[in-house]
Amino acid sequence: MTFGIAMNEQRKDDGIVLTEEQKRARRSRSIAIALSLAALVILFYVVTLVKGPIVLLRPM
Amino acid sequence: MSLISEGANFRGPLTAGAGLVEPSLASVGDYVALMKPRVMSLVVFTALVGLAVAPGSMHPLIGFTALLCIAVGAGAAGALNMWYDADIDAVMTRTARRPVPMGRVQPGEALAFGLTLAAFAVVVLGLLVNQLAAALLAFTIFFYVVIYTVWLKRVTPQNIVIGGAAGAFPPMIGWAAATGSLSLEPVLLFMIIFFWTPPHFWALALYRTEDYARAGIPMLPVVKGDASTRRQILLYTLILVPLGVAPWALGFTGALYGLTAVAAGAIMLVLAWQVLRERRPAERASRHLFAFSILYLFLLFAVLLIERGWGGLIARLAA
Repeated sequence: MTFGIAMNEQRKDDGIVLTEEQKRARRSRSIAIALSLAALVILFYVVTLVKGPIVLLRPM
Repeated sequence: MSLISEGANFRGPLTAGAGLVEPSLASVGDYVALMKPRVMSLVVFTALVGLAVAPGSMHPLIGFTALLCIAVGAGAAGALNMWYDADIDAVMTRTARRPVPMGRVQPGEALAFGLTLAAFAVVVLGLLVNQLAAALLAFTIFFYVVIYTVWLKRVTPQNIVIGGAAGAFPPMIGWAAATGSLSLEPVLLFMIIFFWTPPHFWALALYRTEDYARAGIPMLPVVKGDASTRRQILLYTLILVPLGVAPWALGFTGALYGLTAVAAGAIMLVLAWQVLRERRPAERASRHLFAFSILYLFLLFAVLLIERGWGGLIARLAA
């Protein structure tokens, strides 16, 4: 039991603890990625509407 | 043995190479900086001109998608360039504050970012616009990153002559996006940017010679010297000016473009002549030529857009 607690504490010490600045940077990056992906989804949706059935025709 | 104490810069590329990577502090602004937004704006502008002067009709949304993909592709090339060139960027005054040499973005992050953007830009352009434009964009990114950045930049003083092709492709991509084909007109636009690149960059290199020498980049003034570079600038300007007039001479444009190309070309020639006569440490003529060369290219393409493209854009919006 004592050994287990010691191992947990050891793991906690080894783990990466983000600073507030790093958390803020990660959050802003995550929001930017989410917005980019949402924009990509909207772009594909709207272009499909604009192109209509032609979107399926892809002569090589 | 402590790897940390051996690294001069804990967050820099050296520590990343040694396997010590801190959780990233990179902001969205750092990633935007990786895409070289100023270069990107010139790429988008020349691509817009290629797209607008092309014949035929195109839905504005497809045109917007094409420009977006070209912009993202240019950003990808910029990020991959900054990933590979982090070592030389760190020792050059002009580039030392870029995100990778500053340690705000790890080299691996820049590489992953650049590859992801490149893949998205090419695939989306191919799926939503057309495959010729996508193939040209893919080739342009490859040319800029592999042929210019990885290969030519560090081995030959002709680096920016051949590598300049990468910056000349965007109007061709714009044209290809609009028409699905290529012709003499986009090739002329390509040639104008191609022959504009050497006088533009060598004028800069003339007053940044020490910077390039310190970084070990064999720019023409470093390898062949000052006088030879000045002669080459005049030589390329002599080729550039007639090329700038060619779209009017061949009947592709109207009198406004012709007048602008002749007048701006004459100023380019005068400035290149002044650069030839200038001797170091004077650098005024070189700075003037560098600054005016940007205006020259902008003027030519802006007038082309107004004269040929504006009507085309309106027609497309109305169609």
